Amino acid sequence: MRDVAIVAFAQTRHTAHDTGLSEPELILPVINEVKERTGLRRFGFTCSGSCDYLAGAPFSFVSALDAIGAWPPISESHVEMDGAWALYEAWVRLQHGDVDSALVYGFGKSSLGDLRTIMTLQLDPYYLAPLGLDQLSYAALQAAALRADRAELDEIVRRSRADGRDNPYALDLPDEISGSDEVSGSDEVSGSDEVSGGFAVEPLKTSDIAPVTDGAAAVVLAAGDLAAELCERPAHIRGIAHRTEPHYLGMRDLAQSASAADAARAAGVGKGPVDVAELHAQFAHEELILRRALELPDGTVINPSGGPLAANPVMATGLIRIGEAARRVHDGTAERAVAHAAGGPCLQHNLVTVLEA
Amino acid sequence: MANRCAVIGVGQTHYTTKRGDVSIAGLVREAAIRALDDAGLTFKDIDAVVIGKAPDLFEGVMMPEAYLADALGAAGKPMMRVHTAGSVGGSTGLVGASLVQGGVHDRVLVVAFEKQSESNATWALSTHLPFNASLVVGAGGYFAPHIREYMRRTGAPAHIGTLVAVKDRLNALKNPYAHLKIPGIDRRMVESTPMLWEPIRYLETCPSSDGACAMVLSSEAKVTGTPAWVHGAAMRSEPIFRAGRDTVNPRAGKDCAADVYRQAGVTDPRRQIDVAEVYVPFSWYEPMWLENLGFAADGEGWKLTESGATALDGDIPWNASGGVLSSNPIGASGLIRFAEAALQVRGMAGEHQVDGARLALGHAYGGGAQFFAMWIVGRERP
Repeated sequence: MRDVAIVAFAQTRHTAHDTGLSEPELILPVINEVKERTGLRRFGFTCSGSCDYLAGAPFSFVSALDAIGAWPPISESHVEMDGAWALYEAWVRLQHGDVDSALVYGFGKSSLGDLRTIMTLQLDPYYLAPLGLDQLSYAALQAAALRADRAELDEIVRRSRADGRDNPYALDLPDEISGSDEVSGSDEVSGSDEVSGGFAVEPLKTSDIAPVTDGAAAVVLAAGDLAAELCERPAHIRGIAHRTEPHYLGMRDLAQSASAADAARAAGVGKGPVDVAELHAQFAHEELILRRALELPDGTVINPSGGPLAANPVMATGLIRIGEAARRVHDGTAERAVAHAAGGPCLQHNLVTVLEA
Repeated sequence: MANRCAVIGVGQTHYTTKRGDVSIAGLVREAAIRALDDAGLTFKDIDAVVIGKAPDLFEGVMMPEAYLADALGAAGKPMMRVHTAGSVGGSTGLVGASLVQGGVHDRVLVVAFEKQSESNATWALSTHLPFNASLVVGAGGYFAPHIREYMRRTGAPAHIGTLVAVKDRLNALKNPYAHLKIPGIDRRMVESTPMLWEPIRYLETCPSSDGACAMVLSSEAKVTGTPAWVHGAAMRSEPIFRAGRDTVNPRAGKDCAADVYRQAGVTDPRRQIDVAEVYVPFSWYEPMWLENLGFAADGEGWKLTESGATALDGDIPWNASGGVLSSNPIGASGLIRFAEAALQVRGMAGEHQVDGARLALGHAYGGGAQFFAMWIVGRERP
């Protein structure tokens, strides 16, 4: 495959509430930032990811074109998926060989609606959505299938929040975890005390859940020689692959992620050491499933940015994982990094990217 | 440069107002299986699936690719979901072709659908965003002023739209999948229907359809059956609110056509292209796009329509299938254009086959006439 690298990444200072900015206003500064950093004003290809249901209106991506200044007209496409898949589409486009640069962005304001209920609408409309199974309920089904150690989950949350507080772009979430005293060290979580002690939907605690977040992110890809011209230490995409799996939760072993494991193998995660991994885990237990699926070595630093548990701007979160992993390569903290993005209920669809200096 | 890509299978459902007999999954699967049958393949032979549709609000299912993965045999494979407004069907074909052209996959299944009977599209398109004016007019009300401006600029007589409405519906009578079949349709019938958005009358608009279209795309090494080779593929977008952009003759459409013609070696589309499937949801968009796509000089498109050149027996047939005016499952409409272009150069268009078609254009547009997707397919390997 043609050598393609991430040469710039920018993100908003994500917020847990609506700051009154429209989506184009949210996007404009990050687009300007990656343009400034690369010196590129035009790109061979542009692709974005967003979701109409977050805005509650059709064509949420249309006004974004005003933000990127698509004039003269640009070669552009859009996926109704996380921006990570927009990056994948751009990577594929760069394989053609006729263009050398691509702009990718993702954005979402989940503060505008009830995210937990909205996510119900991505379920099978005939057999699943009418059950009213919301996002927390199906995540709790997966958490229950995994039966993870409570202390281990709490530790993931504490680590993510601490890293998030060190990350100027992530939210500042407190160190204390609701109800943790009652259940720490227990792998059997049941009983009324615990339910009143911080559970959203048992066994899922409120602290296990990624916060509602507004935000956007942008990435610039460059192929061949252009990458070295635009960036001192480009993050070369050595492998990128994604896989989906059956939609129906009953058809999957929820304690594992077969599609994440397949994608990781196809992307070549195991071909070398992994210094850093940024995982699109929107719930604490998903990190455990993903670490296992990606067969990450013990020494790998997981989500040094704080990950989605510290900032989860839906539709940009996966792209931010790729951007954060690339940033570690750019600044020299990592030689080899892995980024993961997910879509669909209970990690139905997974994308894995391997980046190298 | 990019690898060669060919269409080796096409599948369509019958387009109709309401497919009450199938679920959304059943609808897309019907088209997918027909495309696979056409290629002599099964789901096992497919490396990746690309699905496209217009806004999720049309069916009330958010990101339906998650739910449709099972029905399209995508489990264990990569699956992508494209959404570029009305041009999405075309973009879906292009994203699928890109996977083959980029050398990532050998066989890609592309599917686009809309099940418009699940909602009222005009209302789904007329939501009121905070701090924005809502026209609550749907697509017809949005495009009517652009058509009036076209008439003002060119001095086109009022009956041109009627001619297109009649011509495309006559073609639809020859297409087994077409939604609107109106035997005996003529100018008087069209002119007797109510005025919806001046100058667009009821029979000058597209229907709301349920339907899906699918294609199997292949690398050169994995071609089966009768291929239609991709000679050019391009997309262009421009901002909806840019002051000074020409919404009647958009630059993105001109640039996209120039790009796709350059790739295919087309310098005179009127002479070199044998048949075109162009996104004409309102009758007047035929003369408008004839100019935008370079088939006629500026101001002359309506004369080409009036001369009969775009009829099935004309020298440059447009929308031999009956076009969007006869079948319009919105998210699929662009892919149907792309697929019909492929059927023509494969010589498999049946009763609406254009004799000896060797090079065909597939075209889609969307948003405020700002998103364009086009491809040129040919009988010969490029």
